[in-house]
Amino acid sequence: MSESIGTTGLILNEPLLWERGKKGRCGFSMPAGDVPPSPLPAGLTGDGPDFPDLSEIEVVRHYTRLSTWNFGVDTGLYPLGSCTMKYNPKINEKLASLRGFAVAHPLLPSEFSQGALRLMFDLERFLVAITGLDAVTLQPAAGAQGELTGMLIVHAYHRNRGRQRTKILIPDTAHGTNPASAALCGYAPVPMPSGPDGILLPKVVAGLMDGETAGIMITNPNTLGLFEANILEIARIVHDRGGLVYGDGANMNAVLGVVRPGEIGVDILHLNLHKTFSTPHGGGGPGAGPVAVRKDLARFLPVPRVIERNGTYELSEDFPESVGRVMAFHGHFGVLVRAYAYILSMGPDGLKQVSRLAVLNANYLREKLKDVLHPAFDRPCMHECVFSDRNQQGTGITTLEMAKRLMDYGYHPPTIYFPLVVHGAIMIEPTETETKEDLDGFIEAFRSVVREASENLGVVREAPVRCKVKRLDETAAARNPCLAG
Amino acid sequence: MRYLPHTDDDISAMLGVVGLKELDDLFAAVPGNCRFGGALQLPEAMSEWALEEHVGRLACRMGVSPEYSVFLGAGSYDHYIPATVSHLLGRSEFVTSYTPYQPEMLQGTLQGIYEYQTLTARLLGMEVATASHYDGATALAEALLMAVRITKRKKVALSRAIHPHYRQVVRTYFAPTGYELLEIPYLETGLTDLARLEEIRDLAAVAVQSPNFFGCIENLQAAAEKAHSGGALLVSGFTEALAFGLLKSPGSQGADIVAGEGQSLGIPRSFGGPALGMLASRKQHMRSLPGRLVGQTKDRDGKRGFVLTLATREQHIRREKATSNICSNNSLCALAAAMYMASLGGTGIRQLAALNHDKAEYLKNALRDAGCAIRFSSPTFNEFVVGFPGGYDARYRRLLDRKIVAGLPLGAHYPELADHGLLCVTETCSREEMDRLVREVTA
Repeated sequence: MSESIGTTGLILNEPLLWERGKKGRCGFSMPAGDVPPSPLPAGLTGDGPDFPDLSEIEVVRHYTRLSTWNFGVDTGLYPLGSCTMKYNPKINEKLASLRGFAVAHPLLPSEFSQGALRLMFDLERFLVAITGLDAVTLQPAAGAQGELTGMLIVHAYHRNRGRQRTKILIPDTAHGTNPASAALCGYAPVPMPSGPDGILLPKVVAGLMDGETAGIMITNPNTLGLFEANILEIARIVHDRGGLVYGDGANMNAVLGVVRPGEIGVDILHLNLHKTFSTPHGGGGPGAGPVAVRKDLARFLPVPRVIERNGTYELSEDFPESVGRVMAFHGHFGVLVRAYAYILSMGPDGLKQVSRLAVLNANYLREKLKDVLHPAFDRPCMHECVFSDRNQQGTGITTLEMAKRLMDYGYHPPTIYFPLVVHGAIMIEPTETETKEDLDGFIEAFRSVVREASENLGVVREAPVRCKVKRLDETAAARNPCLAG
Repeated sequence: MRYLPHTDDDISAMLGVVGLKELDDLFAAVPGNCRFGGALQLPEAMSEWALEEHVGRLACRMGVSPEYSVFLGAGSYDHYIPATVSHLLGRSEFVTSYTPYQPEMLQGTLQGIYEYQTLTARLLGMEVATASHYDGATALAEALLMAVRITKRKKVALSRAIHPHYRQVVRTYFAPTGYELLEIPYLETGLTDLARLEEIRDLAAVAVQSPNFFGCIENLQAAAEKAHSGGALLVSGFTEALAFGLLKSPGSQGADIVAGEGQSLGIPRSFGGPALGMLASRKQHMRSLPGRLVGQTKDRDGKRGFVLTLATREQHIRREKATSNICSNNSLCALAAAMYMASLGGTGIRQLAALNHDKAEYLKNALRDAGCAIRFSSPTFNEFVVGFPGGYDARYRRLLDRKIVAGLPLGAHYPELADHGLLCVTETCSREEMDRLVREVTA
């Protein structure tokens, strides 16, 4: 193969913060007091926290070195399935940190927050246009909180109709957040098997959907990367029996401008701005999980809501049927600014092209890998492709070991062992922002790993050898937890 | 479009590989009656410079310093953020990575969060802290649900001196559960009326906030004793994390779970978010904690390293039996807080907290001397409730015209405190600004 991008360089060691520093140092520009000291009564004060004292350069070196042990989208291909690790535009970072936004207090009177409120109002309208639903809340902090908000709305809807229900249908391919969010609202998840083609069958839904079932949570495209083609029929069954259809929009990157969930029977949908709308993942957040709903469910959305009156914007809590507040303030505004900037940068045609190219990249990868990895389903995929470990069974190599070996080649591994219904699952989502050359490099690396598995098993089992650390013992970490130093 | 790298040649070559002619053929699996036929009703694409101008104009339509003097806290505080924190936090290796499911490749994030957990535990006087939650309000709601799981009791008591929005979020989280929420009133001193707890049986948790919403420093030790004597846990909340540079930590006074907001620690207010939910507990409750945890381990060569751990509590393993539904949290904000705490150090955080307190006391005393009513007698940190001569509300409006935001009017949340406001002072307020406020109030 051509030279791999994975290589070793000079990796510096760096101790823990408290293994550095000396008492009396400070990395903070402490202002001189311009008022007299006013000590608190002695009984109220403590010794202060036992923090290390570091100088500015020690702090800078510490975090700079730590950062070099990390891999991000800006470093290379990060095809973590279901996470949509697309490029995070730099202009969006700049705009989110504009002083007017960055220092804005969330409880200023509305007349002093017109810029932020206008941005939120317009972003809600953009998301209405994209989803085909009627109203949006931007408050939820992440996808899982969007799901919780959606489930609270389902709960409020049934309570409002006079009879609460107890169960919710969730496909076996769903993200773990779905059943966890439903459970927070007291709904017992009823697992639903997908059909032989990897998608839900209306007859299965019809067999499970009863008067005790509040609705269905459905991810479309699903986590196998397949479009739930029976969605209209499924929605009809659920609606006929008094339920609601909750759409998990985690995979919306596949269908921007192609499918509008509001037009295919979805009543409530959350979006992940950190996936589809390019805001950075931040090593595990902050994200944002806005929720869009059908017109007659808008009254249940969290408060406060942004309203417009004669060209001025204000926050209103005057929605008596609202599920209430889900965050202390107005959600992750800084993330909203980035998503707003992304939508304006792309425009309607650009967003549609995003999904086309995301699906093209995934299918291209699938086609180029399907002779060495076993596709979970023998049909084209949407924005991500899922393989099982069937071809590797008997070779002594596992999905985990292949994933670890990919690191040595300079790629972040795909999502592995999810969805649970695929044995040894390998779930690859390249996203639209990757070049053909980078995809080719990844394909070549993956093929090479598969080859190594039969020719040189030792090297795969040893992997990774080019990271800061070798394979870490996760079992020991859980057996004797050491969570603080 | 510069984010989409495909040339026409790339597209046709790749379509050739997958055996299709047109890009739209990729959507053959989407039935015709599911397709959107129209065009998205969105503004046309903007160039980078046009976008910058447009968003820049919006950002100018905000009442912010230095044009305005903002004496407003109430859960979102104006503290100086060192340039190093913003700079280091902007490193794209941190910004553009995701949850470290593959730890060998993300040791930077993992060690950074392990350090954050450690500094947080030390700040709050607890043994373990989680990797982060969305904000102080959701952290409090999750802490109370955790107490319900631990004690197997279904009733919690919240002090009315907890931030009103936090209580609203708790109410939202509790609404579908059937668990009971009780509110404990506050006394004329501004402190929670702990004696009320004696009338209530079978509580899972007692929640108080200190410093509370009025800035008053609660007696956490007494709260812990009252809670524990009835078999309940003390959940201690906070909105101003910097206070623990000076005050006794909640852990040292007997709190079982501590949950609050870390925005003060190097995170911009950003119109309310993203901020940082901090949650910590005693080690005995570690396995009931919601959310991510980073733990120390070793690699194959025996070298120290860090991984996500105790994942069997979490939704991706336990699904509906998980301790929370949380997945993405506020990791980058936690990293910012760690950078900020490291920059201050133990010596620095004490100095800075003392400076904050001194400044707030200066304004409080000056207003009192000028004839304003300081509503509560208890010692406060950074915030206090005040009434102005001639009425707070009228004066508040007049001061807005003079580009002074004189705190938060309290009537909407506390009818009994109508015509009072909650003022906040931090190290960023100069004596001149405070003197000007006093002059304008009494003018």
